[in-house]
Amino acid sequence: MSTSGGWFPARIAIAVAALAAAAAAAAQTSAVDEIAKYRAALQDGNPADLWEARGEGLWKEPRGPAKVSLAKCDLGLGPGVVKGAYAELPRYFADADRVMDLEARIVWCMVKQQGYTEADARKNPFGAGNDKKSDLEALVAYVTSESRGVRMNVANSHPKEMEAYRLGEKMFYYRGGTHDFACATCHGETGKRIRLQDLPNLTTKDGAQKAYTTWPAYRVSQGELRTMEWRLNDCFRQQRFPELEYTSDAAIALTMFLAVNANGAAFDAPAIKR
Amino acid sequence: MIERAIAWALACGAVPALFGCATAPSDAETSAKAAQVLKASFKARGQAGLDRLDQDETQKLCTEYATKPLPKDVAERIEKMNLATIRWPADGKYAGDWKSGERIAQEGRGKQYSDDPAGPVGGNCYACHQLAPQEVSFGTIGPSLYQFGKTRGYTEETRKYAYGKIYNADAYSACSNMPRFGHKSILTEAQIKDVVALLTDPESPVNK
Repeated sequence: MSTSGGWFPARIAIAVAALAAAAAAAAQTSAVDEIAKYRAALQDGNPADLWEARGEGLWKEPRGPAKVSLAKCDLGLGPGVVKGAYAELPRYFADADRVMDLEARIVWCMVKQQGYTEADARKNPFGAGNDKKSDLEALVAYVTSESRGVRMNVANSHPKEMEAYRLGEKMFYYRGGTHDFACATCHGETGKRIRLQDLPNLTTKDGAQKAYTTWPAYRVSQGELRTMEWRLNDCFRQQRFPELEYTSDAAIALTMFLAVNANGAAFDAPAIKR
Repeated sequence: MIERAIAWALACGAVPALFGCATAPSDAETSAKAAQVLKASFKARGQAGLDRLDQDETQKLCTEYATKPLPKDVAERIEKMNLATIRWPADGKYAGDWKSGERIAQEGRGKQYSDDPAGPVGGNCYACHQLAPQEVSFGTIGPSLYQFGKTRGYTEETRKYAYGKIYNADAYSACSNMPRFGHKSILTEAQIKDVVALLTDPESPVNK
């Protein structure tokens, strides 16, 4: 706007400036609208279906040194019960004497029942294209899809479950790293965004419900299905923390905190995100 | 459910005199355990070592008071100790080149384990703030800084405040969400000056 000088009447200059501001606001609104439309269009055909189908095959196929399927894997509702299991995770498992999220439990079944080594079971948690497909992501897609429409109902009643929740809550507010970031820096207030990306306020019931029930998700920008463990892992990367270990106690505690906060909402994933 | 009941009894009811009640540790105990579990759950990667989980005094206090009101004396203590960290430019000049400042404000890379340690490090200001109106992709975690210099006046005092705030935000507002760019060696002195120029130069698009 260098047109305000010379013969250009000041009043017109002001009008032009106002128009520019309005155009900027409109551009922003329309960018958000376009993203929403894009999501809606993709919702009809979510590529997450491919991960779900592959995961179902992997679940039922005899695999590992023991050549058995995961048909006897107990996700908390009894051996082999997949339907609705994810809506009650994380939970305490007496056989492992540990609170586990879905991903920790799948790894546990792969080791205890299929005979994989711990290292082999967890070697590729996050896929990268066709050359490095992750079986874990596919298994998670399948199991979570079997809870679609089920209300989140994490018990949080065993002392170790309650401890995990309390620890997860503390970790959510833990500031560290070069940038002093905590989870709460971005996810502790309502109506905020980074660039144009809306941020859920995970300290409110509504925010936690909307966020938690839409993971895992097919990420359009990555062409991959991403799990809750991936979501946490990548948040910490951007927080400038070191790398969160897969199925670590911190990952499970934070998941417990979020899952309990999401209780009561209908699970609606695998979803699709930008 | 029987297992749950037994666990309850063992943890809480049966022998409370000996072991205490596992369901009610103190807040401080929970915080200490959370820090301990966190440290055991991460691995060093790239430029991000495990030392990044070690909290300094400010991080510790801001974590402690994250969900309760920050007492006035604690806030003053935090601001005082952070103000003392600010190294003011030796040449007495607070503002540099706004064009370079705009690039630094746009740059989101730096300090992540996925970033090249020799690569660019930015301030990523637009992630949280509105600055130049031409950039419509801005975040809202921080206040809009559009017309920062114009509304505050193109004075030495405004430039000095901007420099100090970018260098160490906790010196002015305890437990700010804003990183301490100078104190934590995220940006160099020259980079901070350039961002100050973006905010305070009359020619900067921020002030148009």
